[in-house]
Amino acid sequence: MRLRGPAILLPADVDTDLIIAGRYLRTRDPSTWVAHAFEDLDPTLAGRLAGTVLVAGPNFGCGSSREQAARALRDAGVVAVVAPSFARIFFRNAVNLGLPVAEAVLDCSEGEMVELDLAAGLVRAGTRPPVACRPLSQRMQAILEAGGLVELLRRGA
Amino acid sequence: MATLSERILDAPAGTCVDRKVDRAFVHDGTGVLTLGTFREIGRDLAYPDRISVLFDHLAPANTSVTADLQADLRRFAREHGLSFSDVGEGICHQLMGEGHVLPGELVIGADSHTCTLGAFGAFATGVGATDMAAIWATGETWLRVPETIRVELVGRLGGMAEPKDLALSYVGRLGMDGATYRALEFVGEGAQTLSIAGRMTCANLAIEAGAKAGLFYADEVTRRYLAGFGHNVSVQHPEEGEYAREMTIDLGGIEPVVALPGRVDTVRPVTEVEGTPVDQVFVGTCTNGRFEDLERLAALLQGKRVRVRTIVVPASRRTLLEAVRTGVAERLLEAGVTIGPPGCGPCLGTHLGVIGEGEVCLSTANRNFTNRMGVGGEVFLGSVATAAATALAGALTSPEGVP
Repeated sequence: MRLRGPAILLPADVDTDLIIAGRYLRTRDPSTWVAHAFEDLDPTLAGRLAGTVLVAGPNFGCGSSREQAARALRDAGVVAVVAPSFARIFFRNAVNLGLPVAEAVLDCSEGEMVELDLAAGLVRAGTRPPVACRPLSQRMQAILEAGGLVELLRRGA
Repeated sequence: MATLSERILDAPAGTCVDRKVDRAFVHDGTGVLTLGTFREIGRDLAYPDRISVLFDHLAPANTSVTADLQADLRRFAREHGLSFSDVGEGICHQLMGEGHVLPGELVIGADSHTCTLGAFGAFATGVGATDMAAIWATGETWLRVPETIRVELVGRLGGMAEPKDLALSYVGRLGMDGATYRALEFVGEGAQTLSIAGRMTCANLAIEAGAKAGLFYADEVTRRYLAGFGHNVSVQHPEEGEYAREMTIDLGGIEPVVALPGRVDTVRPVTEVEGTPVDQVFVGTCTNGRFEDLERLAALLQGKRVRVRTIVVPASRRTLLEAVRTGVAERLLEAGVTIGPPGCGPCLGTHLGVIGEGEVCLSTANRNFTNRMGVGGEVFLGSVATAAATALAGALTSPEGVP
């Protein structure tokens, strides 16, 4: 899986309350989560997410298990999230929803083009040398390649 | 020779395993998403008798949208014969802990604080809605068996220190991602001095250090507690195992602490921030809403009156009933406390005590993230005794100095 997009840099320990606040969770309309993503971090972010790669600090997605966080990013058109480490529930949620996530320490500037080759386990920013991502388990690769866990289960896996 | 997680999951740390889930539960928040995803998968429920649905997050409903979403989930739970707890019964983790989780079980909840149930010697961890929908459909889930951090507890808590102070202290030492992907095991003579309520408080905060689970070995305390619910369980004995890290905490050295607004791991002695004015005190949640907590609060407030609005939300109907029967509820009301219906209360910032811009709350909950309890508000996390002292003073106050 090869992916690319300009980077949006995010700090360390971005919790799922920051990705989508509790006050927006109860709705029948999932576009609400897209519209209010990262509102308490930077209200201008939601409108700029489509086609980007989020390059975050360690422990991205900590806190609540709310799947709306991963869902908001996927539905907003985020190409992938790269961080040195992720909180485990968010990481599973992202893979289950088909949102590519890569654990890597990436030196990168805001807006720089980020390219990921998940099969090869490499990610690079601009013309800098590529860095290795921590490999996904075979299981997670299979889920991601299917486009998410629901798709995998519907195929009878 | 293995850690408790390795024994329960029956595989060495680092391996990925598929396991049948003994208990699976959702609440009204995650349950709605789970149901939607389960319908997309298009299969039948694999083991309806292992699934619980418990309404606690927005219970009773706060808006018509919430009410409609809950009505659909309620109907589904009843039609399929799931174990169902409606509004007013209490918090999912507390209710599961009232005799529905046994040592050695694999418990998966669609809520990050499912680790609370590690207090019973079960492997209990949180997942998101899609993983839970898959469990509804297959009865199984996959897990990577975690490496374990062994936390040896020695001595016993003294002065006004509580299990909550212990919990905040270990999160402060580990940091918000200090235990990511790992399990915490609380062992040693100090662990055995903690009540079930105290163990639940301690296990509850494991996720705040990123841990997948926080486990206590079932001992005589566990046996007696579960016997009260009609279960006859065996105790679990620690073995020599391979630990990723070992740390020792002297319970005698634990003092009343708070986590400063914004991060659960910015833990300081209460005395360092004493005098900070607060607008609200909140006692409740899956961390500190149990009878033991309410009883302690009532004892510390008895004959006095709180100086700031103080909200108490019992963790379950059983908790509230016990508070009523023992006079605890009466003492709280006489002290000027507001009692809300059993459930999560204002913890997640949606109802029953949301704070306003610029307001400060001392809360016994487990999260103080930016805007968590209300936009522009700040949350300090602390113990029940710190909550009592603070409510009486109207400002952050260490319980150690209160007569």
